[in-house]
Amino acid sequence: MKSIWDMVLSFDWSPFWISLKTGVVATVICFFLGLFAARKVLRLGPKARAAVDGVLTLPMVMAPTVAGFFLLLLFSLRRPVGAFLYEQMGIKVVQTWLGCIIAASVIAFPLMYRNARAAFEQIDPELVYAARTLGMSEMKIFWRVILPAAGPGVASGTVLTFARALGEYGATSMLAGNIAGKTGTISQKIANVIKDGDYATAGVWVVIMLIIALAIIVVINMVSDGKGRKQNRW
Amino acid sequence: MSIYVNIKKKVGSFQLDVQFEAGHETLALLGDSGCGKSMTLRCIAGVVTPDEGVIRINGETVFDSERKINLKPQQRRVGYLFQNYALFPNMTVLRNIMAGMERKKGLSKAQRRERAMEYVSRLRLDRLEDHYPSQLSGGQQQRAALARMLASHPALILLDEPFSALDATLHWEMEQVVRQTINGFDGTAVLVTHNRDEVYRLSDKVAVYLDGRINRFGEKWEIFTDPVTATAARLSGCKNLSPAHWEGDRIVADDWGISFPAQRDDDCVWLGIRAHRFELGDAPGDYAFAYELVESIEDTFSYIYQIRAKDAPAAKLMRWEVEKALHLEVPQTGFVSIPPEELLLLKA
Repeated sequence: MKSIWDMVLSFDWSPFWISLKTGVVATVICFFLGLFAARKVLRLGPKARAAVDGVLTLPMVMAPTVAGFFLLLLFSLRRPVGAFLYEQMGIKVVQTWLGCIIAASVIAFPLMYRNARAAFEQIDPELVYAARTLGMSEMKIFWRVILPAAGPGVASGTVLTFARALGEYGATSMLAGNIAGKTGTISQKIANVIKDGDYATAGVWVVIMLIIALAIIVVINMVSDGKGRKQNRW
Repeated sequence: MSIYVNIKKKVGSFQLDVQFEAGHETLALLGDSGCGKSMTLRCIAGVVTPDEGVIRINGETVFDSERKINLKPQQRRVGYLFQNYALFPNMTVLRNIMAGMERKKGLSKAQRRERAMEYVSRLRLDRLEDHYPSQLSGGQQQRAALARMLASHPALILLDEPFSALDATLHWEMEQVVRQTINGFDGTAVLVTHNRDEVYRLSDKVAVYLDGRINRFGEKWEIFTDPVTATAARLSGCKNLSPAHWEGDRIVADDWGISFPAQRDDDCVWLGIRAHRFELGDAPGDYAFAYELVESIEDTFSYIYQIRAKDAPAAKLMRWEVEKALHLEVPQTGFVSIPPEELLLLKA
């Protein structure tokens, strides 16, 4: 009994906060980029759309370590872009929290983009036409007409994006590494303590992750069922 | 107070190519679905861009492909009543109407609200202003859409099949509301419909559409009394239409196996007879023929007799309508005649 209490007191909560911060920041980034990309892609011709959609969806389909490989190739200090960022602007991506955010954003982005796109495709074009003939600016139309109408789809996309960013492992471990208190996320912590045979600590984190995952699914179900939505039961 | 349209637009294999003009009046675009009526409205409103042509509203050029003019829908001041009303589902009736006042700069929110409330009471939406569109009946939704459209102070109004989503009772009620709206509107109104009765009651001029082109254009009474084309005849309610050819000075109806003497005009390749223009005769003649009754159907206020020329057993049926109030007994066989002036010699 005492040992559990000691464990709780001395427990290092930093992976939780690092994961949470990474998840929130990556979700905000993906939210705006995903909406923007979804809107632009819908306006492309069929061929360009298929190609661009493929590139934007790729991070979801390929192994996260493959994404990590490309991110390292881009941001490594020994590569032109990474060297430029570090020498000219003092920005370091590899082995930093910024790396966590970039890795999580790249991997989670397709979830936001695809959900937003699917939601936009369901919108009655006459709503947009009506808004235009009434004189609303395109900006207002997007925030006041399109986004509310796409609401449930966009909301579930956002929650899924958050969930994916929170649990990101493969690309993060390659780009940001696992520096305790700096880039050590929950997923990396679990992998690390298991390596040392510490199943008790791993178990605690696994329970935390399960609770978060379950909560997210419940939230998605509540949002997508939403009030006023017609639902067939049989 | 006018509209001038001369546009071409290709969508897939469909080609829209129309030209018309209307003044301070109501113009009806009459045609089957998919003939380009709604596309025309969308081009006028600016939500769809034609491939080429010119559109002028009240003398102002809003689209000219050669001069590279293409005003945004936001700048065109066109009021558009959509088929399904297109009310914003996330806004209350009042917010929807206020969304129609976007062009009014320099109004405080309270002033907008006050003006929006004027439209609420004008369209008898009192006490519904805080409801969401999903909480309204079809008629109330249409009132809300009309209020929103009028609040935007349009220079021109476009009505796209305004009654197609309403049942018969509401249809009549909303038609009165729309008619009052059009009559009280200082400008041109364009109405899209496939219902000839709506056209007759609501419009001044008619453009008959066929496959993306205007098949016939004219004053309402002209179209109904002298349709000229087979499409105009059909859309104005002529139930009997047959392809026809000339044999000397007789026009032969190919579908019916009958022919009549007429002033030869080789452009006329259709024959039309309105269903209530048949008369019971007693002898054969130039404008009479022997018929046999194939079927009689009781309709609400009339009897519909399906008849066929007696000596043409393979011919198609013709539809003869007799008002119940006339108490006319149509025998199984006999003679039927048509006043010569009621024979519609029609162009393609």
